Amino acid sequence: MQLTKNRNIAGALAMASCSLVGQSAQAAAPAGLLDDWKVDAAILYYGEQSRVQAVEAIGNAQKAFGDTSVLDIKLVADSLTGASASGAVPQGESQTFTRPSGNGQYVVAAAETPLDDTFHDTRVQGSLNWTETLSPDWKANGGLYGSKEFDYMSMGLNGGIERSFNKDNTSLSLSGSYTYDQVDPVGGRPVAFSAMALRQDFDSDAAYRAAFDKTRIDSSDNKQTLDLMLGVTQVLNSRWLVQANYSLSSVSGYLTDPYKMLSQVDGTGTTQSYRYEHRPDSRLKQSFYLLAKGALDSGVVDFSYRFSSDDWDLQSHTLDSHYRYYFSGNVYGQLHLRYYQQQAANFYRPFLVVTEALPDYASADYRIGDMTGYTLGLKFGQRLAGGNEMSFRLEYYQQNPENNGTELLGQLNNYDLFPTVKAVVAQFGYSF
Amino acid sequence: MKKTILALAVMASLSGCASFGVEPWERAQLARADMALDSEKNDLALDDHIYFSKEGSSGGRAFAGGGCGCN
Repeated sequence: MQLTKNRNIAGALAMASCSLVGQSAQAAAPAGLLDDWKVDAAILYYGEQSRVQAVEAIGNAQKAFGDTSVLDIKLVADSLTGASASGAVPQGESQTFTRPSGNGQYVVAAAETPLDDTFHDTRVQGSLNWTETLSPDWKANGGLYGSKEFDYMSMGLNGGIERSFNKDNTSLSLSGSYTYDQVDPVGGRPVAFSAMALRQDFDSDAAYRAAFDKTRIDSSDNKQTLDLMLGVTQVLNSRWLVQANYSLSSVSGYLTDPYKMLSQVDGTGTTQSYRYEHRPDSRLKQSFYLLAKGALDSGVVDFSYRFSSDDWDLQSHTLDSHYRYYFSGNVYGQLHLRYYQQQAANFYRPFLVVTEALPDYASADYRIGDMTGYTLGLKFGQRLAGGNEMSFRLEYYQQNPENNGTELLGQLNNYDLFPTVKAVVAQFGYSF
Repeated sequence: MKKTILALAVMASLSGCASFGVEPWERAQLARADMALDSEKNDLALDDHIYFSKEGSSGGRAFAGGGCGCN
């Protein structure tokens, strides 16, 4: 192959032209693509103990046009309901909160973690992707993406190019994506750090409504995301390959969660007010991802590690592994293990203190706090006649949020401010 | 200077790549459907969505992207 002679040139070319990464580079080209539709469909249930429940359906259809072109169509629909942590802290007495719409209230019992039970949404998502083999060495892909939910809309486009050399044993890829999101929260966007208006503090509905309206900005906002990914995939031997990706993601716009708040407490830990959170309007993230995958006589195994960091000082380490064992030629079992460890964003704090000046930014959202997470999953699959396959997956996911070093005041020491979140995932899949 | 070192390191590692790999007729195992990097793409997409919604980091394997009001 010509590149055997010009290995360094190939390397330099790869560096200089940044030529290459596909969204998910294939190390082994799918030999002999069928001139037919191939469909993978799945339905998933996600349920947290006493919190969010979700059902998500996904369908992926792929069609090859000749030997050089592949079209991928993906449709997703999901429905969420249940309650999620609002960011407020538990108290010795019951707490009353105004709903995000301003219409009505909900009460959280003493000592309970405040959950916003108005969480309910339905989302649909569609995407198209086209992959074109330009020559034996070059491949390109491009795609469109769109999703819509009640208070959120997202549109995006992506493209990538991939170059293989060294007898197809090495491939380099470069890809990029741009996403435009529009956020239109129920009740409007909260004014940053404004104190929640509570009906019981006002004599009339009109006075309450006037106060509530002062905490809201009545217009939508947007968020833009630019992603770049550089990847290399290398075949090591007849059974093993490795993949490494470096990605950079720049997000700008409205990054605050409009439904999250912080309790502002006094020296005894007693809440004086609830203030809507406020996050920076930009975020620059980078991550490094390394995967090794091996073909065994009776199965397949993969290991991956990801390191992510960003200019919010949020860092994470993720270890993930799947091991599949074929009980027979047609039936397999698969084990999934995942470990996640996260260091809090620099503006994360579990509560605000009355005697301290308001910071520039603050969020009590545990999802950007210190945390570890574990996943243990089992999957069983069976290949059926005609190349069809069915599978069933059951996973357990646990998040253990942790204190980021904040000294707890007064009564806050009596409650669990960092409760564990436990979830199960059940999925049925069918391919034909 | 750092960039030069990085470029040299990448070039060296890519040159090193040439010593790995197999001949086309040795790809039987690598060509198995379960060895494709996206062989379980629905599982991967669904997992990405769950972890994107529940954790502060996302992406790495594929784009982090936007597209969801859940985080």
